[in-house]
Amino acid sequence: MADLNINFAGIKSPNPFWLASAPPTNMGSMIERAFDAGWGGAVWKTLGEPIVNVSSRLAGLDQGPLRMIGLNNIELITDRPLEVNLKEMADCKKRYPNNAVIASLMVESKREAWHEIVKRTQDTGCDGFELNFGCPHGMSERGMGAAMGQVPEYTCMVTEWVKEVAEIPVIVKLTPNVTHILPPGKAAQNGGADAVSLINTINSIMGVDIDTLVPYPNVNGKAAHGGYCGTAVKPIALNMVSELARDAEFNIPISGIGGINTWRDAVEFMLLGAGSVQVCTAVMHYGYRIVEDMIDGLNNYLDAKGFSSVNDIVGKSVGSVTDWGNLDLNYDVKAHVNNEHCIRCNLCYVACEDGAHQSFEFHEVDGVRYPRVIEEECVGCNLCALVCPSPGAITMERRDDGSNPQSWRERTASQ
Amino acid sequence: MPDNFCTPLDITQIEKNFADIDPALTTAEAMHEANRCLYCYDAPCTQACPTGINVPSFIKKIASGNLTGSARVIFDANPIGASCARVCPVDVLCEGACVEKTLLQKPIEIGRLQRYATDHAMADGRPLFEKGESNGRSVGVIGSGPAGLSCSTYLARLGYAVTVYERRAQPGGLDTYGMAEYKMPQNVSLAEAGQVERLGVEFRLSTAVGRDIEFDELRAAHDAIFIGVGLGSTRHLEIPGEELGGVIDALHFIEQIKTRDWRNVPLGKHVAVIGAGNTAIDAVTQAKRLGAESVKLIYRRTEKDAPAYDYEMELARKDGIEFYFRTTPVEILGDGRVTGLKCRTADGNEVVIACDQVIKAIGQQKMSSFFENVAGVAVDDKGRVVVNENMQTSDPAVFAGGDCANGGAEAVDASQMGKMAAIGIHFSLTGERVEFAGSAK
Repeated sequence: MADLNINFAGIKSPNPFWLASAPPTNMGSMIERAFDAGWGGAVWKTLGEPIVNVSSRLAGLDQGPLRMIGLNNIELITDRPLEVNLKEMADCKKRYPNNAVIASLMVESKREAWHEIVKRTQDTGCDGFELNFGCPHGMSERGMGAAMGQVPEYTCMVTEWVKEVAEIPVIVKLTPNVTHILPPGKAAQNGGADAVSLINTINSIMGVDIDTLVPYPNVNGKAAHGGYCGTAVKPIALNMVSELARDAEFNIPISGIGGINTWRDAVEFMLLGAGSVQVCTAVMHYGYRIVEDMIDGLNNYLDAKGFSSVNDIVGKSVGSVTDWGNLDLNYDVKAHVNNEHCIRCNLCYVACEDGAHQSFEFHEVDGVRYPRVIEEECVGCNLCALVCPSPGAITMERRDDGSNPQSWRERTASQ
Repeated sequence: MPDNFCTPLDITQIEKNFADIDPALTTAEAMHEANRCLYCYDAPCTQACPTGINVPSFIKKIASGNLTGSARVIFDANPIGASCARVCPVDVLCEGACVEKTLLQKPIEIGRLQRYATDHAMADGRPLFEKGESNGRSVGVIGSGPAGLSCSTYLARLGYAVTVYERRAQPGGLDTYGMAEYKMPQNVSLAEAGQVERLGVEFRLSTAVGRDIEFDELRAAHDAIFIGVGLGSTRHLEIPGEELGGVIDALHFIEQIKTRDWRNVPLGKHVAVIGAGNTAIDAVTQAKRLGAESVKLIYRRTEKDAPAYDYEMELARKDGIEFYFRTTPVEILGDGRVTGLKCRTADGNEVVIACDQVIKAIGQQKMSSFFENVAGVAVDDKGRVVVNENMQTSDPAVFAGGDCANGGAEAVDASQMGKMAAIGIHFSLTGERVEFAGSAK
């Protein structure tokens, strides 16, 4: 069994799986049940001046039979009194000394206000702070959340305020609702943050009820944009994590968030530089119990690959991410149909015909019609393999001998 | 010997026994199943459908919540798509060809999805097609079974004035009178006939050509005639005792059941059904479901030779039917009423199978005399009316299709022939070659 313990920017946790600040971490009793289920840490639902929420608050994106591949919400930060949350936090930390309890914070943009909540909260014995500079709805209209995270100067300034009084690690949670993630990430680092976490939710309108004509979620005939999360946002999150991880001037730990459902997702985030991962939507869908397979699957993966510690995989794929201009122009793959696995649905054919490079034709083998790749036409785009429902029926096969790699940068430099 | 030669069961039990063998999908089931469809390109299911229904298209429309559009895709290629959803041998047609069978050993439930979409359209009631602008021509259609309804539909869509002449009191032919009740009740077929009627097609029911109205009269009144009269009554056994009480034709037996007047369906306590085709299966299963104590299927050849589909044989087996293969009936015994069936077994011995009812299901007679003597068109040596690729008979103004032309096949085959006949009639009268969904097969 590999060692799953992590020390994330000074925050110790028995495994890298944390609950993100969200409804599953609304109160002490919930977090304690989550720790019992196996979660290594939890970021408490954001503390601040209690707010009033609306009903309804959530909307889901379905794909065919798959429910909620995306979720959006217009819920705000905690609606519970600060002192109640703090008392429960202190109790929780006492009962679960080995689990990471992180307090998410959001108050108005005043130095004294931040100082006060930091001081009061760290008295609970919690392990760290996460500054919520990402919430894209509601709170941002009041100058908080994403309104902070979208302006690097504010991000830096507030981080500095917090660091003036914080005695425990400070994580800055970044919003993805920016053109480029590096400036706010570096601003957090410059402000003294011990780590960042990302991504927070993405601005979104989930859809429109085509009968009532009101978008979702419907609040008495009106709707507001909400924060988008879940499986569907994972690629966006992975990109932003890797953008920070591969920047030479960015050197603080990253907690990865966005569409993590399984140990596989977690491994991908960690390979691209995340030292811990945070989960919300999958738990909202299936409950705390999902962490069991996350731990089990991660352990088995690490054992199978010969890693003795989960920390050994952090950032292992960062070096493989580069700019387009560095990719080898002479690398050459072609699609190949393996008839023994082909079920003759012809999805490869139509996808290539109408969506790619007309590189398929039909041919008969023993009276049975199969699709076949016309290699001279195939550009190796992968589309046929992506649409193929039968594992192994289409493989991408290398045709160059690797002897002459040349990137666009190299090619243009030599001209 | 029972005095009351009918079902011993109470009505509740009978209704239960005759309940839908393949119940309607719920919305959740239909959505799940529709989403499972891969949406194949140039799909094998469509190729396997005799009417060429664009199966992936109608299934994806279910998935997208466009049920009206889904039903239109189905009925566009097959005007009796609701009946076919229930009675088609999908195992050997669309579902048998489904690639999911290759991937998961579980084909998409195309038949049940087709029913889901067509049920919606029937309940919704809005017409899916409009009749064409009148072209001033008229066609007489003899027989309102699958072939006749299909031909009438396409002709009406092309602008023809269509009159259907049906000898029975209700339209639909075998879809109305000949399908096992647990597969399809009459209202489905009647609703399909209703769709045809809403296209402006006139139905003259209880009107037998050659009895109530002369063929020549029709020939003179219309620009063209389509004949879809199907097949005749069950063939004779040609053995002694065939005239005894308690010996009936399977089609007659099934027709009685279709009335759902359960107490008036003649039923023995011990029933012997002769034949092993799909009609024989419909007879044995329904005799059993109606409460016969024992039901035996008697067939002169081996199980492998039985013309019934494998899944039909399986159904009979599940219903507890006793099979007597390589057993040839030689005499029906009895005194006024059947008491037994004397048969010769494979080894040449004679056995007497005790029974008080014999149901004959050895295939229907051809309608050769109707074609030769009433319509005056050529038949082949098997008694089938001869048609060319336009479904045109030896009389250029007379077209035919369905069982009377192919010798007896599925409703879906008859439907396709009706479609091709409509195209053939239009071509013959106007010189224009039109296409309908699935006509290019």
